[in-house]
Amino acid sequence: MVVNDFSITIATVNGSGSQTANNTVLRAIHKMGVTVSGKNIFPSNIQGLPTWFTIRVSKDGYLARREQAEILVAMNRASFKEDIQQLASGGICLYPMDEQPPVMREDVTFYPMPVQDLVAQSGADAKLRPYVANMVYVGILAYLLQIDLQEIEAGLSHHFNGKQKAVALNYATVTAAYDWAATHLTQSAPFRVERMGLTDGTFMVDGNTAAALGAIFGGVQFVAWYPITPSTSIVDNLSEYLPRLRQDHDGKASYAILQAEDELAVIGMVVGAGWAGARAMTATSGPGLSLMAEFAGYAYFAEIPAVIWDVQRMGPSTGLPTRTAQDDILAAYTLGHGDGRHVCLIPGSMAECFEFGGMALDLAERLQTLVIVLSDLDLGLNLWPTKPFAFPSQPLDRGKVLSAEELTRVGGGWKRYADVDGDGVCYRTLPGTEHPAAGYFTRGTGHNQAAGYSERPDDWSANLIRLAKKHDHARTIVPGPVVELVEGAEVGIIAYGTSDPAVQEARDLLAAAGVPTSYLRLRALPLEDRLVSFIRQHRRLYVVENNLDGQMHGLMQLHAPSDAARIISIAKCDGLPLTADWIRAAVLQHEAKGQS
Amino acid sequence: MTTTPPVNKLGLSKADYNGSPSTLCNGCGHYAIANVIINTAYELSLDPTRIAKISGIGCSSKSPAYFLGQSHSINGLHGRMPSLATGATTVNRNLVTIGVSGDGDTGSIGLGQFKHLLRRNVDMVYLIENNGVYGLTKGQLSATADLGQKIRHGGLNETPPLDLCLEAIIAGCGFVARSFAGDPKQLQTLLKAAFSHRGTAVLNILSPCVTFNNGPDSTKSYVWGKEHGLPLHELDFIPLDHDEIRADYQPGDIREVALHDGSVVRLKKIGQEYDPADRMAAIRLLEEERAGQTFTTGLLYVNEERRTLVEQAQLMDLPLVQLPDERLRPSQDALDMINAQFM
Repeated sequence: MVVNDFSITIATVNGSGSQTANNTVLRAIHKMGVTVSGKNIFPSNIQGLPTWFTIRVSKDGYLARREQAEILVAMNRASFKEDIQQLASGGICLYPMDEQPPVMREDVTFYPMPVQDLVAQSGADAKLRPYVANMVYVGILAYLLQIDLQEIEAGLSHHFNGKQKAVALNYATVTAAYDWAATHLTQSAPFRVERMGLTDGTFMVDGNTAAALGAIFGGVQFVAWYPITPSTSIVDNLSEYLPRLRQDHDGKASYAILQAEDELAVIGMVVGAGWAGARAMTATSGPGLSLMAEFAGYAYFAEIPAVIWDVQRMGPSTGLPTRTAQDDILAAYTLGHGDGRHVCLIPGSMAECFEFGGMALDLAERLQTLVIVLSDLDLGLNLWPTKPFAFPSQPLDRGKVLSAEELTRVGGGWKRYADVDGDGVCYRTLPGTEHPAAGYFTRGTGHNQAAGYSERPDDWSANLIRLAKKHDHARTIVPGPVVELVEGAEVGIIAYGTSDPAVQEARDLLAAAGVPTSYLRLRALPLEDRLVSFIRQHRRLYVVENNLDGQMHGLMQLHAPSDAARIISIAKCDGLPLTADWIRAAVLQHEAKGQS
Repeated sequence: MTTTPPVNKLGLSKADYNGSPSTLCNGCGHYAIANVIINTAYELSLDPTRIAKISGIGCSSKSPAYFLGQSHSINGLHGRMPSLATGATTVNRNLVTIGVSGDGDTGSIGLGQFKHLLRRNVDMVYLIENNGVYGLTKGQLSATADLGQKIRHGGLNETPPLDLCLEAIIAGCGFVARSFAGDPKQLQTLLKAAFSHRGTAVLNILSPCVTFNNGPDSTKSYVWGKEHGLPLHELDFIPLDHDEIRADYQPGDIREVALHDGSVVRLKKIGQEYDPADRMAAIRLLEEERAGQTFTTGLLYVNEERRTLVEQAQLMDLPLVQLPDERLRPSQDALDMINAQFM
């Protein structure tokens, strides 16, 4: 018997409404106290192309995707053959009775499902039938895996926001399918879900929702955006929650959300709002980020707060818009022409998506610069378990802004680009400040301390040196890495963002194979001192990331040049989240090479 | 004996509206426009600390350094002034915003942002200092260059120009005027009216480039502007708080256009009948003008009815940037409720 340790692949056609069914199964297992995660592998298309939803059930608390599933729900004729071929040995395959499996396997148990009959019995009208059809596999899975029907109903209720009619229609089909299975199927499959207590006090949510809420609790005032997968649901969530949370008594808004004509305008609006003193942000993905390059350099050099949430997908170019990657690291860090580097935050969990939503706005105003948050499709769109979001412990950080009163106190004597405090961060004033000395001229051209136009070499270099100093100051205030040192480990693994779950699992596998590892998870750029000491503490370093060029690996080699030869890239980009098996194999292969 | 300079209602002298010394070429049309801006702001007693100057890139876009030195200014990116202005004016609805752009900045690289800004009706004065060429890169043609205009490094321009007034009207702009840097009196009256308009007020100003495009054949030259200029009306601006006793006038010869803030533009007929509230008449006039050798100036179109962007977005009356921090972050209770919903 395999209890709470298997994966399910549900193969469907996109546009058939399977998300409701898949998330219901996911939530039900989560409610049973077992760690569960889901990855939606979907096409860039509205209707008709193959979609896979993989559910990982793990008694050990692992969240990473696995290479193979033990259970297949084959609802898509087009991918049926390949789906069967990829199933793990000893697995089971559920398929609609009216389909004929295109290939049979001795080591797989096949379960036909009377999908058409049960849909007909449901009495659903034609429009809803495809949705109800998906409930058939929910019911049969529930029977075979012994998923508690009450929790299935709770999952449906969550999905339909408690709308009784929708819940009842779908649940009736679930129970009909369950009853049919109880009568007609022998429960010979060895896979079971049994209640545990691993998920107590947690819920399932996606990173784009967490990001939007984080920004709202971080006081966001202005949002400009342009639709782009997979970032759009950040703005959808802002549009849903801001009216609830930040409307005045008379229904007037204390925030603005503008859909722009393109990403060039998006970032112009965000920078304009930031210049005027608002907490301003946008959400985008790779192609949008590329279009924002000129203004990114401008925000760095003219020192204007702005926040970009980059939900990374596969590039270059349009790439694969619905597949995940960590491939904008270099582009984001150095976005713009000329000198300049940007502060980047890299969340690795739902809690961090929420936390960084506000922190990005704080850092942008504190440092008077562009802050880019590097999320990705896996983090942004898939459901992950999390503890409840924590209310921010610190007040909003509005940075160094001189008011009219403060200007009067200093007799109007101030210079926009003078490094008064020695941290590279200067004082600014906002348009509309009622003081004759408040105004200054903001420009992307060369300027002196008093914000006057200057082509003098000494003004130019002094300014760039101060900006570099500001970047060094940023190193000391961005969120530090999460480090786990293992006594006697020669190998150090470095990763970030959504590679984290696979790395955590891979470390257990490596330890079992006799290779204990320490682990450092980066949470921000610029890189800082704790990374360097971690590198020095280990003989061999593996930087694991979801892009082919080893982008972060390259930055680390630049950051620790004397150790560069010991820092090895473990990089892959195929559109899917990394797996522990792949990381384990890649590390062991390098380890073997090192010893031969 | 020293004499004190005269002051306006805010107690500011005209010098308080000056900027840095100009680095434009001698005789540049942008000079005259900068002076008109200074005079207008002084005479209207605009508070310089409430003014935001926003510009793109080019000779015109660097000119905000030469006027209203007490005001905040942002010299942004080429063709991107509209987006900066959209962001800034949305979060601070109290700003009096002057956008400064040129024909290349607005008509070529920035045409998209220009049109979308007008669709949204961002509350600002939008100046196009139109000379038909790129000055800072030394005389290349812009989207308003004449057909047949000589190209510096050989050949003649075969691509017809855009009329930015026509583009503005078609995009839904509610205040479209054309003027000439060589006619500061008319320009100043139009600029005063533009400040009283609700929404975007576009002033397309022929502003000759004395270095690259001031030949007598050019429709962007001083000579051409003076010889072909055809004002639609004699214009007078009567501010809201003006206490003059209005003179009687002959009906039919004069009409008054009431602006959003209560001020009035008085239009005295010169030649043909022209109703600036008639959008189709404005489009017809500009279309006909493409064929003829005329250069109509004045208030081409006005419509005070359109809602501005901040009105469409139903923003609160208080500028968003003036909200205290405690009103920006929802409460712990609100977060507890959200957490509970997810459970």
